[in-house]
Amino acid sequence: MTYSPSAAPLIQLRDVHKHYGDYHALRGIDLEIKKGEFFSLLGPSGCGKTTLLRTIAGFEAPSSGSLTIDGRDMAGVAANHRPTNMVFQSYAIFPHLSVAENVGFGLRRDPRSKAEKARAVAESLEMVGLGGYGARAAHALSGGQRQRVALARALILKPKVLLLDEPLSALDKKMRETMQVELIKLQRNVGITFILVTHDQEEALIMSDRIAVMFEGNIAQMADPETMYRRPNSRRVAEFIGKMNLLPATAAMERNRIVVDVAGLGRGAIEPDQAPSGVQPGATTVGIRPETLSILFPGETTDRRLAAGTVDEVVYFGDMTYYDVRIPGVEQPLTISMKNLIGRPVLDVGAVTQVVWDERSLVVLSR
Amino acid sequence: MKKGWGLRAYAVIYLAFLYAPILLLPLFAFNDAAIIAFPLSGFSTRWFEQLWTTQALHDALQNSLIIATVTAVLATTLGVCAARAGTLANFPGKSGALGFIMLPLVLPEIVIAVALLIVVRQVFDLELSNLTVIAAHTVICIPFSIAILNGAFQNLDPSFEEAAMDLGETRWGAFRLVILPLVFPGIVSSLLICFIISLDDFVIAQFLTGANPTMPVYIYGLTRFVDALPLIMALGTILVTISITLLVIAEYFRRRGVARAGLKDSGGFL
Ligand SMILES: Nc1ncnc2c1ncn2[C@@H]1O[C@H](COP(=O)(O)OP(=O)(O)OP(=O)(O)O)[C@@H](O)[C@H]1O
Ligand SMILES: [Mg+2]
Repeated sequence: MTYSPSAAPLIQLRDVHKHYGDYHALRGIDLEIKKGEFFSLLGPSGCGKTTLLRTIAGFEAPSSGSLTIDGRDMAGVAANHRPTNMVFQSYAIFPHLSVAENVGFGLRRDPRSKAEKARAVAESLEMVGLGGYGARAAHALSGGQRQRVALARALILKPKVLLLDEPLSALDKKMRETMQVELIKLQRNVGITFILVTHDQEEALIMSDRIAVMFEGNIAQMADPETMYRRPNSRRVAEFIGKMNLLPATAAMERNRIVVDVAGLGRGAIEPDQAPSGVQPGATTVGIRPETLSILFPGETTDRRLAAGTVDEVVYFGDMTYYDVRIPGVEQPLTISMKNLIGRPVLDVGAVTQVVWDERSLVVLSR
Repeated sequence: MKKGWGLRAYAVIYLAFLYAPILLLPLFAFNDAAIIAFPLSGFSTRWFEQLWTTQALHDALQNSLIIATVTAVLATTLGVCAARAGTLANFPGKSGALGFIMLPLVLPEIVIAVALLIVVRQVFDLELSNLTVIAAHTVICIPFSIAILNGAFQNLDPSFEEAAMDLGETRWGAFRLVILPLVFPGIVSSLLICFIISLDDFVIAQFLTGANPTMPVYIYGLTRFVDALPLIMALGTILVTISITLLVIAEYFRRRGVARAGLKDSGGFL
């Protein structure tokens, strides 16, 4: 995550709304994306990610609000005149053209000579790892290869922004992981701003400089991946990204510090940044990530806080084991993930254990 | 292995009913006798020679070819517009509009013919001519054209047009460079089918033709003369050969279109 954004935002959306007849698909989007950023739009199906991307691309006109790219108002500017290019979810590779003709498609109005264009096409294919594939028929490519062609075809035009709508969702798991890494490298190399739409939270965390989580046409939170994961600003975001234990708690202010009394665990003082959406004295909810909790195995000691519990469920993942531990006084069992280190047995259901917790990993979710 | 013999027998009988009469055409066309009856008397090409020298027939043929060509181009052009709107665009009342366009497919031809005759003669008071036949043939061909082209357009990824525009093309450029080449086999197929329909039509041409008859109308005229029957057989043989050839070519192009879009075949004419 080492981008160095320049001061002015490259893309700026102000209170953008989109109505499809009665349906309110975008409900006041405010967004600034910096030059060179890898930005992800993350959200469940139907939340408006594609609509937002297509609005930026120029395929949908906002019902109200403004969009500027590189300081230029985009109202009335058609898709073919915007400094954006898009990689479609289906890749939209033209099946009647060769790979090279697909990649060179956008150069038709380019004044360069034929030879120069051919060189640009070859370079572009080289960049996505398809050097020498130019003469192949496009309809005979594999899914991963199509995706690379789609990338080369968009990047050859050196857009200011590359828009990607779920570009990896059609690939199998292995291929997807490879392409995730390749996309990050590619983005660093070309320095173009990427906006990626995905409903895969892991993908967003791995790839992005910044993530916007969307629900029902609104941006619920916008942050870098670490903040998004460690300091979600609502229960909904917390549960959408990774696994989060939610526990009832009571908050109070004591001598300028926020103190929460968490059901089943106990009292602890927290820092203001552990309550990203603020905190009101009284009943509230706190979240704890499974990996910030641990089980005290026989023979281990700790000076951290402890709570007694019983193992309710064991899910073995090879490198990790997930335990659901029931704590007296808490309705939902706590999920705890443990690395399977040497000498650590896998506990059985019913085992009585001590849960180790730390108030520094609490996050207050008042919404 | 005997499963489904009933269906198979049905298919054989069906095909026999359909094609046996047509097989009689060449039989009598090459028969050296002026009456249509068994037993056959001997091989002869004199009926074809006689066709070759009949001027009225040549005029009718020329007429038919002109009408069929213009009809095919008109109906296919309109069919492309309708199929493009029907599959790639979304607009209010779309399904209703498409339903109405397909209606002539199920209306009796004679109803269309009479209705069009009334419109041409009573409403607009126009002279009957090749133009009126072309207009009427275009009307009955459009549904076929749309049916063929819908198949071609539905095979397309809806993102193709946007992808081309995203890469800097105008809407027309996207259509010309991506959509048109991909539906081209469908267009050829539609042109050929419309051509055949127009060429073969009798009912509408009979009502709307002007001073110059089309081929089928001319043939009908011939049937009043008993001694012209072998001539009709010969002519019919030629027409059937042409029709089947065109149909095969049309189907070839349709299949090529499906293959080109990299898709599985789902029905067709042949
Ligand atoms: N052209 C349209 N006409 C009417 N409604 C639309 C149109 N496009 C999208 N919608 C609606 O707007 C909402 C948001 O759609 P959008 O495609 O942006 O969702 P998404 O977040 O991309 O979802 P997914 O993850 O399933 O792709 C959906 O409820 C959808 O039905
Ligand atoms: Mg989408």
